[in-house]
Amino acid sequence: MENLKEPQESLDTVDDTISWPDSRGHFGDYGGCYVPEILMYPLEELIAAYKEARQDQGFINELKSLLKNYVGRPTPLFFASRLTEYVGGAKIYLKREDLNHTGAHKINNALGQILLAQRMGKKRIIAETGAGQHGVATATVCALMNTECRIYMGTEDMRRQALNVFRMKLLGAEVVGVDSGSRTLKDAINEALRDWVTNINTTYYLLGSALGPHPYPQMVRDFQAIIGQEARSQILELEGVLPNLLIACVGGGSNAIGLFYEFLKDSNVEIVGVEAGGRGQTLGEHAARFHSAGGGRPGVLQGTFSYILQDSDGQIASTHSVSAGLDYPAIGPEHAYLHDTERVSYVSASDNEALEAFQLLAKLEGILPALESSHAVAYGLKAAAKLSKDKVVIVNLSGRGDKDVHTVADVLGVSL
Amino acid sequence: MSRIAEKFQALKKVERKALIPYITAGDPDLAITEQLIIKMAECGADIIELGVPFSDPMADGPVIQRATERALTKGIKLVNILDLVGRVRKVSQIPIVLFSYFNPLLQFGLENLAKKAKEVGIDAILVTDLSPEESENFLNILKKHNLDMIFLLAPTSSDERMAKVAKLASGFIYAVSRTGITGMQQKLSDTVKPLVSRIRNHTNLPIAVGFGISNREQVKEVCYYADGAVVGSRIVAEIEVSRDQSELVEKIGNLVKELSS
Repeated sequence: MENLKEPQESLDTVDDTISWPDSRGHFGDYGGCYVPEILMYPLEELIAAYKEARQDQGFINELKSLLKNYVGRPTPLFFASRLTEYVGGAKIYLKREDLNHTGAHKINNALGQILLAQRMGKKRIIAETGAGQHGVATATVCALMNTECRIYMGTEDMRRQALNVFRMKLLGAEVVGVDSGSRTLKDAINEALRDWVTNINTTYYLLGSALGPHPYPQMVRDFQAIIGQEARSQILELEGVLPNLLIACVGGGSNAIGLFYEFLKDSNVEIVGVEAGGRGQTLGEHAARFHSAGGGRPGVLQGTFSYILQDSDGQIASTHSVSAGLDYPAIGPEHAYLHDTERVSYVSASDNEALEAFQLLAKLEGILPALESSHAVAYGLKAAAKLSKDKVVIVNLSGRGDKDVHTVADVLGVSL
Repeated sequence: MSRIAEKFQALKKVERKALIPYITAGDPDLAITEQLIIKMAECGADIIELGVPFSDPMADGPVIQRATERALTKGIKLVNILDLVGRVRKVSQIPIVLFSYFNPLLQFGLENLAKKAKEVGIDAILVTDLSPEESENFLNILKKHNLDMIFLLAPTSSDERMAKVAKLASGFIYAVSRTGITGMQQKLSDTVKPLVSRIRNHTNLPIAVGFGISNREQVKEVCYYADGAVVGSRIVAEIEVSRDQSELVEKIGNLVKELSS
């Protein structure tokens, strides 16, 4: 796959073709910078440093080299022939982000940001994690760069992702359990923000999704855009045409925007984001932010204006998903914009549908997908079945499922 | 002239500074919040900051986080807090600043909130996570209803930001004494005094210092160079400790007396 675009272009074409966000991080009405005054200083510092870095050839070359030699990019675009045959509809391709070093797309962003932190002279890294994949990616790049690393993680997530907790510790990170609120990703972000606001001079906050205040949604998107850039040239090489449909799961939304971004201008490519439908339609039972009857509507949480699951008084709701990585009440602001402008459709897949897709992919293709990615697979099965055999679907397999084996065993009533 | 401006002017005449206690509305319950405001006003508080509980208080330390959780467990809503201020106004004219994260206000409806806030007798609104950059719309709404918007400035704020905030602010400026979250501390940061004088270069508005002020000595120290001191976590911690005792209101009154002496 040598026709992979140069990261030089990957960080810069963005501005040529797409007119958002504006200079203050707005995607239409969404995004922006809703933070206490103290955080404006490190954010402005970060905005300036990122602006400079994305035009610096040295920075781009180093990132490019690490993505190739350390992460193992480009990741394959794999034709899932048995799954395709099973469904009996469109051809299903899987973008294998699960084959990245550390097992998920999260490392693309973690590497970009650790290089930025180094340029800024920050000696201490903090991050939040939900499923643990971003925590592992951050701990990994901190080990690589010999940098102090502290990861905040909700204690409920630590329980369901115990394997990733131990991985982070092996990588030399300090994992701090967060016992407030719902004890999941949202609460880990609150605690990371509290740490950052206390240690702004020494500390870099390595945020893991296309969320939070400007410039994070834009920066994380830019670092993840490589997924779609590769997929676009790969499918053109393999099929000679653009795909008819792109599918990715959406928690905060970084793997999704990473796949989607390069295709946004291709108006004949249909794009679908899959939220966590959880175990029911009522508030608290799911994590589908665009489900208006289920409590999703625009609001401000953790620095950004976007769709949020909340009660009528503006208190943030608890969420449920079998996958820790999708279990979050807000969605990245660019997704809110793409939703309202109807460029991207958003649907949901339930816990059960995701669990079925998990097992199906294991048996048919020999791939254990992350439970997060299993939501995208679940919708992919349904969508492909409705399309004719000459159509092409790309599903983003954002991570591998080894971390979820215990959860799946629990649900299936198997004791390990 | 607004109640806040009048208050600072009156204090200036008698060469005093403002003591501004913060409490979370609904902690431990609304009836006691009402009594606490009235008692604190009697015991030397000059302005009250009344916190709206929010599920995700990212700028707050553990003391105020717990107060927020206690209030939310009681099911406190913004509309209850507005009604509470209406009841207080029948007996006290102490200026009240509604202190909130943005989302509960946004969901209430900003226009509706401003109208209702004015009706019940709130004087100003401070939104922890509404940066000056994002505040234009809400600021215009508050202006229309003659409500002050209180902005924060921190040791990390550039002179450029200070100038910008000075243009937008009314009522007073809240100077955040140090980086970090809300909470008590043993010793005030050395950055406070230079912060106040930097802000002073940009505005004639009163400047109140908050974050980490927890005893009479610190209030005194801050009031040498600023126009007021905000005390939050110390009072909220006392409410937490004494919340099941019948003498809670009396105790908080005594604490405010001590802080204001």
